Amino acid sequence: MPQLLLELFSEEIPARMQAGAARDLERMAREHLAAAGFLPEALKTFAGPRRLTLVVEGLPIAQADRKEELKGPRVGAPPQAMEGFLRKAGLTQDQLVERDGVWMAFIEKTGRPTTEIVAEMVEAIVRGFAWPKSMTWGTSKLRWVRPLKRILCVFDREVVPFAIEGIESGDVTEGHRFMRLGHGWGGQPFKVRDFDEYSKGLLDHFVVLDVEERKARILEGCKTLCFARNLELVEDLGLLEEVAGLAEWPTPVLGDMDPAFLDLPGEVIRTSMRTHQKYFAVRKPDGEGLAPHFITIANVQSADGGKVIAQGNAKVLSSRLSDARFFWDEDVKVGFEPWLEKLNGVTFHAKLGTMAERVERIVALAREIAPLVGADPDKAAEAARLAKADLASQMVGEFPELQGLMGGYYARAAGMDPEIADAIRDHYKPQGPGDSVPTAPLSVAVALADKLDTLVGFFAIDEKPTGSKDPFALRRAALGVIRILLENNVRGGVTSDLLFPWHEWQITTEIEKLRAEMFAKFDDLEAAASLHEDIKAMARANRRDFSSVFKLLGDVEPEKVAVAAPASVSEAIESFLSRQSGVLWQASVWLSKSVLDFFVDRLKVTLKDQGKRSDLVDAVFALGDDDLVRIVARVEALDGFLKTDDGKNLLAGYKRASNILKAEEKKGWKAEGGREILPDASAPEVQLHDALRMIEKPLASALEAEDFTAAMQELAGLRGPVDAFLDGVFVNSEVAAERDNRLKTLAAVRDAMGQVADFSLVGG
Amino acid sequence: MPAPKPKSFQSLILTLHDYWSAQGCVILQPHDVEVGAGTLHPATVLRALGPKPWNAAYVQPSRRPGDGRYGENPNRLQHYYQYQVILKPNPPNMQDLYLGSLEAIGLDLRTHDIRFVEDDWENPTVGAWGLGWEVWCDGMEVSQYTYFQQVGGLDVSPVAGELTYGLERLAMYVFGVDNVFDLPFNDPDAPLGHLTYGDVFLENERQHSEANFHGYDVAVLKGQFEDMERQVPLMLARSYQGKSLVLPAYDMVLKASHLFNLMNARGAIAVAERASYIGRIRDLCKLCASAWVEQQEAA
Repeated sequence: MPQLLLELFSEEIPARMQAGAARDLERMAREHLAAAGFLPEALKTFAGPRRLTLVVEGLPIAQADRKEELKGPRVGAPPQAMEGFLRKAGLTQDQLVERDGVWMAFIEKTGRPTTEIVAEMVEAIVRGFAWPKSMTWGTSKLRWVRPLKRILCVFDREVVPFAIEGIESGDVTEGHRFMRLGHGWGGQPFKVRDFDEYSKGLLDHFVVLDVEERKARILEGCKTLCFARNLELVEDLGLLEEVAGLAEWPTPVLGDMDPAFLDLPGEVIRTSMRTHQKYFAVRKPDGEGLAPHFITIANVQSADGGKVIAQGNAKVLSSRLSDARFFWDEDVKVGFEPWLEKLNGVTFHAKLGTMAERVERIVALAREIAPLVGADPDKAAEAARLAKADLASQMVGEFPELQGLMGGYYARAAGMDPEIADAIRDHYKPQGPGDSVPTAPLSVAVALADKLDTLVGFFAIDEKPTGSKDPFALRRAALGVIRILLENNVRGGVTSDLLFPWHEWQITTEIEKLRAEMFAKFDDLEAAASLHEDIKAMARANRRDFSSVFKLLGDVEPEKVAVAAPASVSEAIESFLSRQSGVLWQASVWLSKSVLDFFVDRLKVTLKDQGKRSDLVDAVFALGDDDLVRIVARVEALDGFLKTDDGKNLLAGYKRASNILKAEEKKGWKAEGGREILPDASAPEVQLHDALRMIEKPLASALEAEDFTAAMQELAGLRGPVDAFLDGVFVNSEVAAERDNRLKTLAAVRDAMGQVADFSLVGG
Repeated sequence: MPAPKPKSFQSLILTLHDYWSAQGCVILQPHDVEVGAGTLHPATVLRALGPKPWNAAYVQPSRRPGDGRYGENPNRLQHYYQYQVILKPNPPNMQDLYLGSLEAIGLDLRTHDIRFVEDDWENPTVGAWGLGWEVWCDGMEVSQYTYFQQVGGLDVSPVAGELTYGLERLAMYVFGVDNVFDLPFNDPDAPLGHLTYGDVFLENERQHSEANFHGYDVAVLKGQFEDMERQVPLMLARSYQGKSLVLPAYDMVLKASHLFNLMNARGAIAVAERASYIGRIRDLCKLCASAWVEQQEAA
């Protein structure tokens, strides 16, 4: 079957947009073809520095003919209805046939030629393409990522004729921008009729069409260069992706770096190479450090084998690394304290204050968290105080991705405690699912404090993630906290041990600040005529509710304020502050709840990714526990238990029992008083009664020991008796005492199981 | 026969002049007001706007008061030269024309690695932006290549293509020199004597660096800035032969912009004030741009 080949040839497309463009082209083409009724055998797209390509295999020459039935007005309907129908359908009345009292039209639609549909499709794609940024050029009204130069469009080896804003379709493409056959330089146009000719033609003209092939060539070329010099490539997938979008004929070239720069941290050299120059770093196979070379991916196989290219790039790298050296030297000279001073002038977020204020919060939090993770509180506070300082360093200003890391280096260079240096270095970790979690207690304390401050802070100003939007990466922060807690087995309640200290510090600080402000005003006001106005102005400036102060002071005439006993004004202020503190604490309870819910949500996602059921998290979380380590242990035990026969059956029994109870409780039944073995109790009743009594103590001690698997095993002992009870005992006995006792027995089952998890939330 | 390769900074400029002149550009001289970038020359900012075709090339001294290093840094200068080309509407073969200019100044495109790397240009002080690339030669940025989309907050239609060559940097590359002050300013074999870039400009760098960082009186600069700011609308309100005085007004915007750069280098502008100053200059520039477009469309 015929093949369609489309190439949109333009000036250089930004590397970062190419993969998305290939996906969009594929999606749009699929949608258009499907809408036209085509089901192609295969469809593939390619993107590179100067072209987007689409190839579709197995399209028919034309659409299939279609028969359509149109239902018109009823026979005898008003003439207007008939006229309207005929106009809409484009028919005349003699083309209609009467069927069952209704006028029908049977239309045979001849399928349109595929070329027509393709021409329309290409126009729609070109005009509707969603580039992240697009532009116009010259006098054209068309928008594309950069000027669009040619459209190659052949179907079944023939040009599909059309024109878009003056660009006529054709069967011509061109090769590499510089490399060509024969002499000189410059792209050579050539004609193609199908995809085979196209891809071979491109290869002959020094263009590798497929990005995967370009990547493979780059890696292979790099490895060959390394092998010859006994070096190892420092692999970098992100960089590989980018350079594969910058060259049509990617040609690795190895250059030399002045070894004198090797005293700079390896990360600095690598980041400078990658960010500014898009070079790969190399290392010696045995050593840890970098080797004094680099690999650049040229777009040309140059006449001199890359000598000039290597020299030129080496020179640029030298000047880049000289800059980095300059930053390092300057930074070491300046040091932490002046940087911390600078953080006063750096806004973290308009509503969350300066970076320096953020540091204060992290310090307070790290100090509180330290004992929980086995770290020294003073050291944790010191590490937290220094953790963000490097944001003001020149190196981090130039390479933001080196934050933390540089702080660690500079701390070591300044002779600080290595534990503190490590904590500064690692406190941003884990930065993503692939990143490792800090394990040193001090690092754990600061890493937790950093993330918790971000989370609670943004929740407090109502900047929660919604849908796909998470501009402050709060999901990543929450996941980071979860991983740190779980992987380090950090025990404690999220609310009481992690969130509470944040609020306590925040509220105390706010109240202190307020108190200082108010008393400062008050002290000034020996003359006090303007006390009232001043407090009002303060209230406006702070946007706080000072109404209670007004109430206390409001009736006082300004003259009287002047003579009012200071004690009464100060009492008024204190009373206001204590009320204000109460309000803030109330808000913090609500806030903590929503942060905790967010953690639980992220925990569910994490466990789900590990193949565990999220309903089990709900079932365990419903017990009111917020120790994540314990929650996960329970979930795991529960998961194991529910996979056993006993577990499944006991769950079924639980549901039956709780349905019965629910129905009765709705009618007003309540468990009052103890349950007993009535004189004429049946065997199943006695058995269940005994079973409940037997597991009571072992269950309690298993829970006490947090051995949840053992606790589940105890519950398993209920399975037989519960089944027998539910099958053999009529709960709703007419004898009230019997009924009450039986319901109490079931309630006892529910309560016993409820100590392990809320089984009512476990899905069937 | 191709022209001989340039041997000096000045012959590199002359070669570019010859090349772009041959393409049909008018070769202009620098604008005689201090500017921070060649783009700010009215031949680019104003001429990019409006419907009339315009092709021009010129050298423009650029002043970056904060970049001065007293002549002690091999790469940084507070006064340097940019070579500007503006083509409106941009011809379809503009990239090829550009590459031709590199060849003309002696770069062998078969041995060098030339790359067009995404770099979207933006100049908030004149409300301008465009899409394009920085052009790399063997890993070094040798030019900025931009398709103007907006200037002075107005759409540029037809689109103007702009090329900016950093002349010193390009010359250092072409001549294999590591320190800008060692560049041959004229032909090393010149019969009347040879001068380096340092012979011509080193003292200039020293004195202006000191003036930029410590010399200028901030209060005076601020007063002058405010004078310019006040005068722009007054100048625009005045007209001659039915046209408002947009060209003198634009010169005042440039002066305001340079005064801002001087205040900035003196450390007299707090971080929080920066955006507001830039916004003030942009507003003035927008006034000029609108007035200019009105005149162009009326003509």
